[in-house]
Amino acid sequence: MSKENDILEEITSSDYKYGFTTDIETDVAPAGLNEDTVRFISAKKKEPLWMLEWRLEAFKIWKEMTTPNWQNVHFPEINYQDIIYYAAPKQKKTVNSLDEIDPELRKTFEKLGISLDEQKRLTGVAVDAVIDSVSIATTFKSKLAELGIIFCSMSEAIENHPDLIRKYLGSVVPVKDNYFTALNSAVFSDGSFCFIPKGVRCPMELSTYFRINTANTGQFERTLIVCEDNSYVSYLEGCTAPMRDENQLHAAVVELVAMDNAHIKYSTVQNWYPGDKEGKGGIYNFVTKRGICLGKKSKISWTQVETGSAITWKYPSVILKGDDSIGEFYSVAVTNNYQQADTGTKMIHIGKNTRSRIVSKGISAGKSQNSYRGLVQVMKRADNARNFSQCDSLLLGNKCGAHTFPYLEVENPNAQVEHEATTSKIGEDQIFYCNQRGISTEDAVALIVNGYAKEVLNQLPMEFAVEAQKLLAISLEGSVG
Amino acid sequence: MGLLKIENLTASIGDKEILKGINLTVNPGEIHAIMGPNGSGKSTLASVLAGREDYEVTGGSVTFQDVDLLELSPEDRAREGVFLAFQYPVEIPGVTTINFLKTAVNEVRKYRGEDPLDAVSFLKMMKEKSKLVEIDQALLSRSLNEGFSGGEKKRNEIFQMAMLEPKLAILDETDSGLDIDALRIVANGVNKLKTPNNATIVVTHYQRLLDYIVPDFVHVLWNGRIVKSGTKELALELEEKGYDWVKAETALA
Repeated sequence: MSKENDILEEITSSDYKYGFTTDIETDVAPAGLNEDTVRFISAKKKEPLWMLEWRLEAFKIWKEMTTPNWQNVHFPEINYQDIIYYAAPKQKKTVNSLDEIDPELRKTFEKLGISLDEQKRLTGVAVDAVIDSVSIATTFKSKLAELGIIFCSMSEAIENHPDLIRKYLGSVVPVKDNYFTALNSAVFSDGSFCFIPKGVRCPMELSTYFRINTANTGQFERTLIVCEDNSYVSYLEGCTAPMRDENQLHAAVVELVAMDNAHIKYSTVQNWYPGDKEGKGGIYNFVTKRGICLGKKSKISWTQVETGSAITWKYPSVILKGDDSIGEFYSVAVTNNYQQADTGTKMIHIGKNTRSRIVSKGISAGKSQNSYRGLVQVMKRADNARNFSQCDSLLLGNKCGAHTFPYLEVENPNAQVEHEATTSKIGEDQIFYCNQRGISTEDAVALIVNGYAKEVLNQLPMEFAVEAQKLLAISLEGSVG
Repeated sequence: MGLLKIENLTASIGDKEILKGINLTVNPGEIHAIMGPNGSGKSTLASVLAGREDYEVTGGSVTFQDVDLLELSPEDRAREGVFLAFQYPVEIPGVTTINFLKTAVNEVRKYRGEDPLDAVSFLKMMKEKSKLVEIDQALLSRSLNEGFSGGEKKRNEIFQMAMLEPKLAILDETDSGLDIDALRIVANGVNKLKTPNNATIVVTHYQRLLDYIVPDFVHVLWNGRIVKSGTKELALELEEKGYDWVKAETALA
């Protein structure tokens, strides 16, 4: 037993591989949050008056609210006056091509393994790169424009597509939804906007890399994806953050809207800095993600691989409003050392014949706590609604915890709701078996964990599935030996 | 010139001493059978040679091709060419046999300073070896041992042995739970893999496996010691007279 623990400790104690800061000049707002901060951000971004008013209204709502405390995570109270709400890398002028980007910035991308030109050439992925708060470069934009697809930063969208933004921003996640959505609505810095017109199948994966760079910067991203009738998009969000001693707050909002027959596939690979072995530092990731299947036969799939952040608190949800619509949630959440995760989903069945599927795979190592929290709600009108939930937990060592909190609220007698849950440990005999075939313990753990998470990893686009597999291995390095 | 040289090996689990001084030399090209009643220490010997951590080696030495085997980690023993066919092969959900073996084969190659096999060469090798040991290719695309029958699991062990080409293979009760057809297929596989450069240790309770895998030497393990050694005729004698005969003889000695 003790030997197994040593091994666990060894693997769980590896260092974060993406910890470096980029030395580029930044344009920052003074720390603290008041009406002036909101005005400063809005002015910096040269926003129209309606946007400023929207933000100020959100700020007013936020001031009246209090931090939620129902989740199964623990952290010291956040001083919202200590946070810097806006930091833009200083650029001399707007960039038109990738060649004009600050070389330091380019190096950052290269360290992250996302050299933009490489990606552009080899993978056909359009990357909207976000460093701190301002979108630096958007590739493939012109090619997408030919199809009528809009893929740009939120700032550009506010400027160039005000009608769409005014119609949809806050339509899925209302400003007052929760404490962090109100905060985000007041001070959001940038993000991505994506619009797929009727009948268009987006020919490539759309991808955003977020990165929190400046010390003490809260990052408040805002993403909005709208898919009109009979359209399809696959969107990937990948995140890394450099090593910091202080905890950094990240409170993003993602909204998805799917019309008749539209299909949105949203994948996340998140490996923000989880804090060090003693639990110092790391990102607080308090995110609200929600999609609405507004149209008939529409479909929204969330796939997430969560390996980073000191605290993760997020529940990508689907409101199944259109008849025959489908919601899916596939998740792998890894916690190690002192990480805490409280994550899951909400499936709200409103329309008839709506279906949802939840596959959640939690992996806990070190002294971490991993909770699944999910709500399946079937409204009165939702005849023949179906849900299937599978929640599995895998434990490495005996100092970590796995918790499952399923909530079922069924108001329609025709509904069928199934829930299955398992908890298992990586067995010493499994590891020895791998060892006996020449596979080291570390590789054995990676192999076993990837096998366990396969059902979810299979949902990721090919190139990201490979990245996610590596990420799982890195996150658990040093946790069994 | 011995491939494996075990001298005065003692090992225990907790406070209980199980191996009480094993001496055995295995040369390339030889097949040794280790027989004995339940609880005599057969499986312990197999586990200790493979490096299972549940057992503590308390004395003696094991030399494998001039290397102190006991100093090596289990994975390095495997990479040096020691293979253990498990009595109870382990299930690994979500990991296909193909994927598992690709990792294993390439780890062994890396250790030997060879380049990893590309996908094409690997698949070609897999096809050849699966034919050799008569294993259904479809089985190899399924999760490792998950939902396999007893016979399928054992056949998969021999297939892995074929892929890893060990210098010393230890078959731990490979015959347990096999019907006669499966037994024959498994034994055929082992025989086909035999070369003048490798050796096999067959650990078994019953003589019947030795009808198919003919040993050069037979050793009887009892109470943590090898109490009798001989040729294949010894196995037949045991079958006829039972282990009590050896026990009685040992008690007299």
